Amino acid sequence: MSMPADATVHLRRGEAPAVAPPPRKRRFSRAVREAGLGYLLLLPAFVIFSVFIFYPFLRNFYLGFFSTPPFPGQPKNYVGLDQYKDVLTSSEFLDSLKVTVIFAAITVPVGIALGILLAVLAHQKLKGVGIYRAFFSSTVATSIAVASVIFGTLLSPQVGLLQGIQTEPSILQNPDPIINISLPVIRSFIPSVALTAVAVITIWQSLGLSFILMSAGLQAVPDEIQEAAEIDGAGPWTRFWNVTLPLLSPTIFFAFVVGSIFAFQTFGQIDLLTPRGGPLKTTNVLTYFIYDQLQFAKNDGKAAVLAIALFGVTLLLTLVQFSFLERRVSYER
Amino acid sequence: MSVEPITLRGTELSGRAGTEVEATRPGKRGRRLRIFGRYVALSVLAFIVHLTIYITLVNSLLQPSQIASKSPTFFPTSPQWHTYADAWSDGHLATYLRNSFIQTGLIVVGQLVTSILAGYAFAFLRFPLKRTLFVVFLATLMVPFEITIVTNLQTINTLGWYDTFAALAVPFLATGFGAFLLRQTFLQLPKDLQDAAKLDGYGHIRFLTRVAVPLARPTIAALAVFSFLSAWNQYLWPLLVTKDDRLRTVQIGLKQLRATNIDQVNVTFAGIVLAFIPLVILLLIFQKQLVRGLTAGAVKG
Repeated sequence: MSMPADATVHLRRGEAPAVAPPPRKRRFSRAVREAGLGYLLLLPAFVIFSVFIFYPFLRNFYLGFFSTPPFPGQPKNYVGLDQYKDVLTSSEFLDSLKVTVIFAAITVPVGIALGILLAVLAHQKLKGVGIYRAFFSSTVATSIAVASVIFGTLLSPQVGLLQGIQTEPSILQNPDPIINISLPVIRSFIPSVALTAVAVITIWQSLGLSFILMSAGLQAVPDEIQEAAEIDGAGPWTRFWNVTLPLLSPTIFFAFVVGSIFAFQTFGQIDLLTPRGGPLKTTNVLTYFIYDQLQFAKNDGKAAVLAIALFGVTLLLTLVQFSFLERRVSYER
Repeated sequence: MSVEPITLRGTELSGRAGTEVEATRPGKRGRRLRIFGRYVALSVLAFIVHLTIYITLVNSLLQPSQIASKSPTFFPTSPQWHTYADAWSDGHLATYLRNSFIQTGLIVVGQLVTSILAGYAFAFLRFPLKRTLFVVFLATLMVPFEITIVTNLQTINTLGWYDTFAALAVPFLATGFGAFLLRQTFLQLPKDLQDAAKLDGYGHIRFLTRVAVPLARPTIAALAVFSFLSAWNQYLWPLLVTKDDRLRTVQIGLKQLRATNIDQVNVTFAGIVLAFIPLVILLLIFQKQLVRGLTAGAVKG
């Protein structure tokens, strides 16, 4: 359908004879060849995904039909959909889902907002601003394991920076505060100190990436538009809200979607900082719950059901984001 | 912020006629103040972001007793440089670093190629089931890696790849994240460019290599950095598919270092520093690519 349109374009131009492609014999129409090229370009990624993601993932559905016997060595029982029903209605699962949602709701918006803040500040024509850019992007050099080791040591009551701070006895008696982290001040206005501590570490560790993404997005915004707005008398605040943010919206949308997906899969920092899902399971995010079922409970049937649930929830969230948020994104075309 | 009172004063003093003349001098001072303010803001943020890294550096040079002391030390008066030698030799960091570089290099190149190709297809080509396939690609992001491990290990064994670089790299040669990111970037390219290229008789392959990829360079660099980091920071998978130090990567080395030096926290901190120095260098190299503007590329091309 694109072909006749192009043909008319070529015919209408004055320099048509020079521009029009020389007529060649083609075995397939242009649309077919375009589609063929499309599939060809997708093929390498698709093969990798099929073998290492889709196949193992789909196998989980099959595993979910079998309950794991209480003693190893016994044959697995086919229970069909019963296991799905039991696991997905359990309070254990719903609590874990709640923890996961809270964790994502803290880390994603805060991380993106801080990334934008740093990127906008470092996107100025100032001498030596490159040094600041290098500084801000350098937290990406820390892995979640490294960040966890650093913060774990810094916050630990034995060797950490906070050992001098007087911890209120009432907080010590509260079972919630944390394996080895004491942050009395934050205690009053957040759901769980352990979860917040893990969230803060996550935000810090991902800040460099958020900064790089937002900076790359800002690079794509032509300076002329900013300058035009400035000439029109728009102050820095107006320029930020009315020019920078809309032009940055594809990048922000991307960061939001991908950030949410990653937040739903948080694992390393949970495992390293708050073993076995944290105090009173306050950091028992879904991925950790799955790992726990696989590693300690040796219940791969239940783990498979949980994995599918995690996948379903994330997929739903992404589809919602696409249908409600992408409308507000202004693409170039 | 300092601009407001100045304009106010300008109007008060000289009325409408003199505003232009009056505004120039204090305007200059205001601008200098504003620039100074920006530096202050940048510095404060840089300090906050880097406090922890600074403490890591300092701790790597302290004695264990100083780290554990009630009054924290913020500057190493007698730096213990030997911690780095200890970390390097005890932790076999040279081998680990080499292995990490090979694994990471393979993954980065693979991911860039597959992502650019897929991103291009999703942005510029028309074919049946495009929307569905795009959702399928996005869906790969939603499968937590942990749940694929058991089956993937069996696959690796079936292929005879256990304890090889293939096992370390091949499962990660494609990324839905990269395809999505490049689709978004390609969609941001001005439509005029595409039309112009079409008029010049560019086919899709030429448009991809000569126009789209050069213009998307900042994003591609960002993706390279991201791929590098996620590959470099892998832990569980390298541990499962390799059997000894010969092919093990630096993250595992760190964990082992930490486990064997519980009483010597400073050596662990030194190991952390050694493991992220290559990343900092790499980042500094990529910085230029990241900084290079999209529009600057368009003018050049």
